[in-house]
Amino acid sequence: MRLASLLAAALSMAAPAFAQTPIGDADAGKTVFAQCSACHEIGQGAKSRIGPHLNELFGRKAAGIDGFRYSKSLERAGADGLVWTLDKLDAYLENPRVLVSGTRMSFRGLRKKKDRDDVLAYLRAFSESPANIPEAEPTARKVEVELPPEVLAIKGDVAYGEYLSSECKTCHQLDGSDAGIPSITLWPEEDFVLAMHAYKQKIRIHPVMQMMAGRLSDEEIAALAAYFGSLE
Amino acid sequence: MTLNRRAFLGTAAAATVLSAPMLRAQGRPKVVVVGGGAGGATVARYIAKDSQGAIDVTLVEPTRTYYTCFFSNLYIGGFRDFSSIGHTYGGLASEFGVNVVHDWAVGVDRDANTVTLASGGVLPYDRLVLSPGIDFKDGSVPGWSTAAQNKMPHSWKAGSQTQLLKAQIEAMPEGGTFAMVAPPNPYRCPPGPYERISMVAFYLRENNPTAKILVADPKAKFSKQPLFEEAWNSSYTGMVDWIGPDFGGENVEVRPDSMELIIDGEVEQVDVCNVVPGQKAGRIAEMAGLTAENGFCDIVPATMQSRVDENIHVLGDATNGGDMPKSGFSANSHAKVAAMAIRGALTDSRVFPAKFSNTCWSLVDTENGIKVGATYEATEEKIAKVDGFVSQTGENSALRKATYEESLGWYAGITADMFG
Repeated sequence: MRLASLLAAALSMAAPAFAQTPIGDADAGKTVFAQCSACHEIGQGAKSRIGPHLNELFGRKAAGIDGFRYSKSLERAGADGLVWTLDKLDAYLENPRVLVSGTRMSFRGLRKKKDRDDVLAYLRAFSESPANIPEAEPTARKVEVELPPEVLAIKGDVAYGEYLSSECKTCHQLDGSDAGIPSITLWPEEDFVLAMHAYKQKIRIHPVMQMMAGRLSDEEIAALAAYFGSLE
Repeated sequence: MTLNRRAFLGTAAAATVLSAPMLRAQGRPKVVVVGGGAGGATVARYIAKDSQGAIDVTLVEPTRTYYTCFFSNLYIGGFRDFSSIGHTYGGLASEFGVNVVHDWAVGVDRDANTVTLASGGVLPYDRLVLSPGIDFKDGSVPGWSTAAQNKMPHSWKAGSQTQLLKAQIEAMPEGGTFAMVAPPNPYRCPPGPYERISMVAFYLRENNPTAKILVADPKAKFSKQPLFEEAWNSSYTGMVDWIGPDFGGENVEVRPDSMELIIDGEVEQVDVCNVVPGQKAGRIAEMAGLTAENGFCDIVPATMQSRVDENIHVLGDATNGGDMPKSGFSANSHAKVAAMAIRGALTDSRVFPAKFSNTCWSLVDTENGIKVGATYEATEEKIAKVDGFVSQTGENSALRKATYEESLGWYAGITADMFG
């Protein structure tokens, strides 16, 4: 008990802005974060991909990264003053669409309080001062599928992609709303290509998507990526 | 299907050179779509949206509010409000400029290229799309005709029939009997009768647990059978009695006035009798002279053109769809291929290879969804299956819940894709 409070005191001295409230176990949170890492990067060199990078998230204005294409709902929330505090992040992670109804973040939410506490402890560590966390490994996406550079280099035919996309739109909504089927709009083209090849090679497990991707050629996947990346 | 893209584009370009100047001389080319369901609404929306005003699109649909057949079983089970399966056409008109005409199409003049409406109006077309859904074959179930549909509803076209069936189920006496006469192949929505049985069983288990369900079926096997039977055995133990052809399920007669169902000579007194008769293409397809001997329309898979008339495309349940089942998802898939082909023929837009797909989700109990699906391609002869999958028996509850939630996402997606 005494040790714990000493540690907390030490932590709060090291990072007074954020660490006053102990929240959870950051190591356990790293495991929880695996669910997030398909879309979000965090740590040194982290970049925005399908989702924005999460360095310095605590205290960030919602929709606060310049150049990232957020949903209209999240932009509106940011303009209305939503700031990612501990409480707001906890609410968002519990059920994203309760806090921001039109978010494109396709995530059901973490129902268990402990999971949220742990992952928030993990995230907070990267908010304190990322420049001072040299030990933090860049948690870039796990590499799901290795593609030869020439496949990644294919320039997609947007018009063909638009026709092919009509098949996606039977389930996936173009405006990015997610009512049980995830958003696929405005992804970086490379992420789209990697995801589709991961389904095609049956590394990702969803049976419908394995079937849909299974009959697409490299050019067709590139065309779809180019089309969905070109929206808005 | 081995045509490469260049060969396809070459063909399309040649067709455009011949037809476009002639049509432009008469103003914008005209497309008339008959039927505002999953095929018709989708094709109207895609042609209007993608041609950006270059094609004049008119949609003829008698009802102002369209109730989807898909998810109507969930209404019967109590999982959806009736209003949640109703959709209107305002978005097609205001957002995409589709002329929506609420009327019945009563005739097609294939020499003059015109459609006649019940009101007397005449619509000229350069291309006609028929997506009229289904009608019922006379004499398919002895003793039943559409005149008896208020006593023994089919509820196989969604709307007041669906509400009637639900009201009848709710009015069943304690321990009463719900009967279904299942349809012979081919018919709209292969898993539909069995999802309906599951939803009726769910309602009865919650509200009338000693009630019984009797199914007379002319088919020896049916879609997703092991999955439905697993659900009936585990969720509704002892409630569902399915009688296949081995036990006389194909030899039935009904007496609507006395609420009797006769299975292989045995008279059953029932409280509700849902008769789903044998089916054929919607009547306008027959009147246009497009139906084959089996009552449905043969089509050219690459374009969904009628085999009888190249200026008419037929979509959805009304077609002989090769390996594809009759479903809303299939009709929506047909519509996208047809829209692409029609735009290619009437304007100079590019033409691509036809790709088709289908997935059918069914709900069997609370948060317990199952699915079956496949992809298809156009061969010279038919729409041919490429690959497919089906849910497995014994799946865990988390997967079944995810499948159900996915079906909700699909419903939101396809209705947005149809109506804008």
